[in-house]
Amino acid sequence: MKLNERSVAHYATCDSPPDKTGFLFKKGERNTAYHRRWFILKGNMLFYLEDRESREPIGVIVLEGCTVELCESVEEFAFAVKFDCAKARVYKMAAESQAAMESWVKALSRASFDYMRLVVRELERQLEEMQEASGASTPSRGKASRRQQSSRSKPALQSGLAVAPSTHLPAYTRGTQEEVQLLSGPAWENGVSWSRPGALPNGSEPPQEGYGSSDGVRPPPVPPRRRGTIGYSTSSLESPVSPGTVCFSKLHDWYGKEVADLRVEWLQSQ
Amino acid sequence: MRFNEKELVSLSRQPSQRAAELGMKGPKKGDVVKKRLVKLVVNFLFYFRTDEEEPLGALLLEQCRVEREDDQAFSIAFLDEAERKYLFECDSQEQCLEWIDSIVKASYEFMRKNLIFYRTEIHRMTGKDPLEQYGISDETRFQVNSGLQPITKEA
Repeated sequence: MKLNERSVAHYATCDSPPDKTGFLFKKGERNTAYHRRWFILKGNMLFYLEDRESREPIGVIVLEGCTVELCESVEEFAFAVKFDCAKARVYKMAAESQAAMESWVKALSRASFDYMRLVVRELERQLEEMQEASGASTPSRGKASRRQQSSRSKPALQSGLAVAPSTHLPAYTRGTQEEVQLLSGPAWENGVSWSRPGALPNGSEPPQEGYGSSDGVRPPPVPPRRRGTIGYSTSSLESPVSPGTVCFSKLHDWYGKEVADLRVEWLQSQ
Repeated sequence: MRFNEKELVSLSRQPSQRAAELGMKGPKKGDVVKKRLVKLVVNFLFYFRTDEEEPLGALLLEQCRVEREDDQAFSIAFLDEAERKYLFECDSQEQCLEWIDSIVKASYEFMRKNLIFYRTEIHRMTGKDPLEQYGISDETRFQVNSGLQPITKEA
């Protein structure tokens, strides 16, 4: 299967800040010795390089759908990244200290796109609730109402947060000039800017004004919800997610518990 | 560069954000438009020959630019080689726009920016960090200033 490898490798070493970096020992595939490699975690991708100064990764492990476990090993501070597919490889690694091991296990077990999306949706929901509760100072829009129920399964929820062209953007997007450029030419660089021409419908919703906070800051476009329940997406979230765990706080507690359990396990093995 | 192909193939079988048969043309000179089943799963765009189980390929959708090329077509180019574009032909303007929208929002980095925005807004409105109750306030991936922090050195 082909992959846009050059660009993926570029993602590893480009400007965007990594989520975690450090040395780990990685067990080889054929050569079963442990090799010390420099690891870079970005999003749901775990890159490994020959050493810290290397320009290009030797390889990458796509972490989506993985579980991270402690493993029985002669090596101290060992853990494994496992996948739930047929003939999947188990990536055995070892850290250089207890603290490092715990830190990596925690970081890797929460590295999935699905987890990030869950957190985003939770915050989005909280923000929605706050606005509705406070009878938010929304400018009267005269458009489709936001009387829709706050229900996870309704894609319509995002209509209240759709973006409109605005000259005010949060400081961490590019400046107005860039935005004007984007408004006139329909190009989007994902992960870089979140303004887009208001003329484009977001799904089937007509563009609406943002909720307009007092300083004119507009929210970014809302990531689309998966059609249907969140439940089915757990197939890519791996077995840790108990079926029907659609509630964010439950799911989050589960992640936290997983790490806590690993801790206990390790302590007991001492 | 090595990558865990089996797991990626498995990912391509997961429920997708969006899937359709589109015309697809590779970035090389001489590449022609071919009918492909294109499937968006998390931050990957997989493409298959129609009715084949295993994808021909995958595109990681980070650091890329999506551009409207025509009434019914869009392109994806990666920032490290911006002249090389993958072209996609849709059946309608509406479909084209929906795909563009989905792809732009399909990156981890995009989600992260959303999150930081919401976190900051909620904090501004309530004086409280919404992530605190989940005990994840300190995670690097949720940091507002992570662009300014030095790369975390391994403890």
